[in-house]
Amino acid sequence: MATRKGNTLFLDTAPSVISYGAVGSKKESEGPLAAAFDRLWEDSTLGEETWEKAECRLQKEAIRIALEKGELSPKDLQVIFAGDLLNQCTSSTYGLRELGVPFIGLYGACSTMAESLALAALFIEGGFGERAAAITSSHFCSAERQFRFPLEYGGQRTPTSQWTVTGSGAAILGRKAAPPYVRAVTIGTITDMGITDANNMGAAMAPAAADTLRRFFKDSGMKPADFDLIATGDLGQVGSELLREVMEKEGCPLEGRQNDCGLMIYDRERQQVEAGGSGCGCSASVLCAYLLPALQRGEIMNLLFMATGALMSTTAVQQGESIPGIAHLVWLSKEPGMR
Amino acid sequence: MTKEASPNTKSWRNIPLAFLIGGLICTLGQGLMEFYRSQGLPKDEASTWASVSLVFLSALLTGMKVYDNIAKFGGAGTLVPITGFANAVVSPAMEFKSEGFVLGLGAKMFIIAGPVIVYGITAAVVYGLILFFMGAF
Repeated sequence: MATRKGNTLFLDTAPSVISYGAVGSKKESEGPLAAAFDRLWEDSTLGEETWEKAECRLQKEAIRIALEKGELSPKDLQVIFAGDLLNQCTSSTYGLRELGVPFIGLYGACSTMAESLALAALFIEGGFGERAAAITSSHFCSAERQFRFPLEYGGQRTPTSQWTVTGSGAAILGRKAAPPYVRAVTIGTITDMGITDANNMGAAMAPAAADTLRRFFKDSGMKPADFDLIATGDLGQVGSELLREVMEKEGCPLEGRQNDCGLMIYDRERQQVEAGGSGCGCSASVLCAYLLPALQRGEIMNLLFMATGALMSTTAVQQGESIPGIAHLVWLSKEPGMR
Repeated sequence: MTKEASPNTKSWRNIPLAFLIGGLICTLGQGLMEFYRSQGLPKDEASTWASVSLVFLSALLTGMKVYDNIAKFGGAGTLVPITGFANAVVSPAMEFKSEGFVLGLGAKMFIIAGPVIVYGITAAVVYGLILFFMGAF
């Protein structure tokens, strides 16, 4: 069973990611990671009638691909942890309703992939099942209509805003003596520094990211240089800068190890995505398309995957509330963690 | 610290572009008005027809998914003229059609333009009253 040190749980029984799948759409197919995706659709409706159905389809395809690559069927899964950005998590429930697998729906805004991955790893570590899946999705069009303006409305995006990724990533965890292994999990706390601009979510989430990193380094006694990459999920340009600055001030500089999933998935200048990508499909698809394969190949030995979320709703923001942030951290490694 | 890290809007680019695109739309409106007048319409009617034509063009371009691309460059230039108002009505109508014609299209059509109408009418009533009482003295 896992060992607890402070707020961090160290996993001793070496649960590993045994299979994964990543899907995306047009904008992702034009980005630098396009070749790494399992499937990309030129048409962002995916041939469905509504944007919501298109997003359900993304989840359905991501889990199907992950199962197929792992030569598994849905009945091999004992639980699915899934989430998305839409009200009542409908992309997950409608997308996965045909699988017949025990289901836990999660909401952690853009941090949901790290949240579901962490829970799936703990589920395996605890010995509650043989295999558990973690999956999240987001769709630019369904998110825009829920959180912002209609698609065809003529407006300019502010330079701090982020572009919701149309994509999904699914990871299946189990016990297989092969990397990538999950070594540790730090569950984030809700951090609110009083940012009220819903178009600047990177800034709202950066303090939460700094808080989780600080706790992980304290609990583990490790330092940023021990990791090849600290992949934050969707701080974008503004939030990444703030995180690096905060960590530097606190005497724990990230020494060039930090990169953000929202900056990896798009070419910011060429694709006009302002501060970078976002949405819980962003960190999920970057993890499953690029980071997990890189760990498996040994290009990355140790990875801190930390997805950050802005835990607001349009109602709360309109009522003048500030935006609380959260960041969950998962340490993934080529080497298994042993007692 | 947040302010420092957050880039500002590129005003040096946006303001001249808004002026240019907005000016072009107004020139188009003026051109339409001159055209209707040359066809023998009186001035009042010609300007009404020019407005109607602009609203139609904007709605058409929104429907063809072109207007938002012009707006990306034009900014306030496409927002302020009457064409921006047409776009603000047509775009939610298109977007929320998926929730049905009554609760979707019908209910959400004025979600952006609604406040403009409410406060526009309110302001008109207030100024009308002021004018009325000033006229009485």
